Amino acid sequence: MGLTLMEGNEAIGWGAMAAGCNFFAGYPITPATTIYNTMLRLLPPKGGVCLQGEDEIASIGFCLGAAMSGMKTMTATSGPGISLYSEQISFAIGSEIPIVIVDVQRLGPSTGSATKGADGDIQFLQWGNSGGLPVIVLAPVDVKDCYVLTMQAFNLAERYRCPVFLASNKEVSMTHETIDLDRLDPPQIEERRAADANHPFMPFGVNEEQLTPDFLAIGGRCLVRQTSSTHGMDGYITTDPEQIARMQERLDAKLKKSVSAFIYYDEYRVTGADTLVIAYGVTARAAMTAVKKMQHGNAKASLLILKTLWPVPEEFIREKAAPYKRVVMAEMNLGQYVREIQRLLTGKKIDFIGQMNGELIKPGQIQEVIQNG
Amino acid sequence: MDSLLNSSRPSVFCPGCSHEQVLHALDQALTGMGLSGEEVVIVSDIGCSGLFDTFFNTHAFHGLHGRALTYATGIKMARPDLKVIVTMGDGGLGIGGAHVLSTCRRNIDLTLLVLNNFNYGMTGGQCSSTTPQDALVGSGFLNKLEKPLDICQVAAAAGACYVSRASTYDKGLVEGLKKAIAFDGFSLVDIWGICPGRYTRRNKLTPKSIEADMAKLPDLGDYKTRNARAEYGHAYRQEAAKLQQAAEPVRIEATCTSPEQGRREVVVLGSAGQRIITAGELLCLAGASAGCHAAQKSDYPITVMRGHSVSEIILSDIEIEYTGIENPSVVIALAPEGVSRRKKMLTDLSPEALVIKASGIELPISPASVIEIDFKAEKIKPQDWALVALAVLADQNKVLTMDMLKAALKLRFRKAEYETAISMIENTKVRT
Repeated sequence: MGLTLMEGNEAIGWGAMAAGCNFFAGYPITPATTIYNTMLRLLPPKGGVCLQGEDEIASIGFCLGAAMSGMKTMTATSGPGISLYSEQISFAIGSEIPIVIVDVQRLGPSTGSATKGADGDIQFLQWGNSGGLPVIVLAPVDVKDCYVLTMQAFNLAERYRCPVFLASNKEVSMTHETIDLDRLDPPQIEERRAADANHPFMPFGVNEEQLTPDFLAIGGRCLVRQTSSTHGMDGYITTDPEQIARMQERLDAKLKKSVSAFIYYDEYRVTGADTLVIAYGVTARAAMTAVKKMQHGNAKASLLILKTLWPVPEEFIREKAAPYKRVVMAEMNLGQYVREIQRLLTGKKIDFIGQMNGELIKPGQIQEVIQNG
Repeated sequence: MDSLLNSSRPSVFCPGCSHEQVLHALDQALTGMGLSGEEVVIVSDIGCSGLFDTFFNTHAFHGLHGRALTYATGIKMARPDLKVIVTMGDGGLGIGGAHVLSTCRRNIDLTLLVLNNFNYGMTGGQCSSTTPQDALVGSGFLNKLEKPLDICQVAAAAGACYVSRASTYDKGLVEGLKKAIAFDGFSLVDIWGICPGRYTRRNKLTPKSIEADMAKLPDLGDYKTRNARAEYGHAYRQEAAKLQQAAEPVRIEATCTSPEQGRREVVVLGSAGQRIITAGELLCLAGASAGCHAAQKSDYPITVMRGHSVSEIILSDIEIEYTGIENPSVVIALAPEGVSRRKKMLTDLSPEALVIKASGIELPISPASVIEIDFKAEKIKPQDWALVALAVLADQNKVLTMDMLKAALKLRFRKAEYETAISMIENTKVRT
């Protein structure tokens, strides 16, 4: 018992280990490097593999090869690296390769500021793939989330055979914090569902009810095919519009239909409030301070902290916002996730507070918007 | 087994394509080595060579252009027992050049077959990294301006242990492939061939001219001796076996009592080399030793031993929400580099705030009370100023106590360092 002092990135590493990660590859980049450092310390002595790629493209490529060979893989980078991952991410989505991708966001655009935080990649993570299919993005608020959400990310990657992003931020990942490791509520570890090796194997075969194909690893008794090309259930190229459409629709539905099973969130409800603040990531912490400071005054607000950002938990957000007249969205960019909120909550007044100057949004700034709109 | 080729998916190359011959040569090599489909993974690149995996009854992985070696590396590290063959054209060689170089340097047990036909067949015969300057290709005049690459010389220079040149039409191709596949390490075979669909429509290239051109290439010298070393995966596992497992994260027992309740913000302003970040960490550990939550953010430039170093620490008996500094109760100012980064904060200090500063440090006017320490007069080295400042703070019973500081030192340092630090804080009688 007792508190542990740990950096967010270190907690991501320990969370990955707790989830059964046995393969990591990365390329050094501030503010994600300490995840690589942690994995290098933790993995090889346990018989796992930790590699440094010659670039980000190689790092995620190693992971995709290893994931198809049955390993639980993770890579970590920041915005510039996500740009380089992009084509491989599209591959992992379309060819259903489980992988956890940590984006420790820093202030962009481009190389931007290596040591300044932001949440500027939130739309990029969803739409940075060719084909426009859904992805899962989880956003940690603190060091505890870094640990637990990383475990969830592994479970979701296994369950849905897809890339799962952890959208961290320099301000979460490089902050050292105390954490009570013995009082966490870690999820049960999940493994990808194996196909019956005694039956003819279809690498992308699903029955009518099934949205995620069963898995067999490359290198087993059954021959396994993986391809980035448009494929049928057998893993061979297809030009049949019907098969293509079925595959695309399944990939779309696979995550969108399942999101209710993985909505991670926190909330702070204030009686008598007619405003709901919605925030995620490090900004949720300032928002928490803001709503608590104002809870006994005239302008009260409740808080909804979203930790599952993509696919957008639409019904959930509508339900949570229903009792409120107004929504205040706070995020560390110039207005990204607020677009989703505007799309969902058309009948409500929506105020926005965001900034991109490398500094945290202060509780006072959020209070100001709650007070004055 | 006589063939690993997939009888239900016959190859579909253009008539006369050299790839067709390499396909059969590879099949003969694999079957000749007694390998079954389960033991082999064919990782194919993009372009005509990217069709290879579909014609074989083996494990198969077909991915992005130029990146085949990256997947193959992941597969081999995950499953060292598998034979991993990569097929790639001269296009993949160009776009994936960094991966080729790095794979040579790594010496991981993969076999790379470069199906080199001097142009991009699939997209219309544009120039590639191996197109001769005098060839007529689909890229207009552009190939005149770029020298073609001899990948074998490059690979040998990059540390490859097995490099070989082969003509598609060479009778020894099957044996050559067997040797490359059997080699325990990275092997690269540069296989020259004819692309009748594109390249030889406007350029003369025959099995004979290929043989003659290859004969003119410089010898690769003694690269084998120079580059000889252990295979990457073996070496990796050998090194990893020597490592000790990382210790479980330390749980800090709450053995001390905090002198204050509520949220306390401390900012340490200094320069690189003054152990500012360590001082911040010590404060967090001190807090945890009194059961407090702690958070630390640091701000420093990319340079080591030069520039500012700032650490912001929050201690609180309840969970910390906002991690920014709003109203510091203590500022430790040890160098102008750090002070200049937080000018505005220093101006806005409250009357309850305490500043501990090194003599000679200029601070903006504020209502905070100030303790000045003449570290130089006390003959304290700059790298110890931050620690001594914490001891002075503990003397004031503000934010932390001396017990908390000692507990933090015990958590942070090994025995010798701990004893030095303890004697430092106990024996230094700082005039304040």
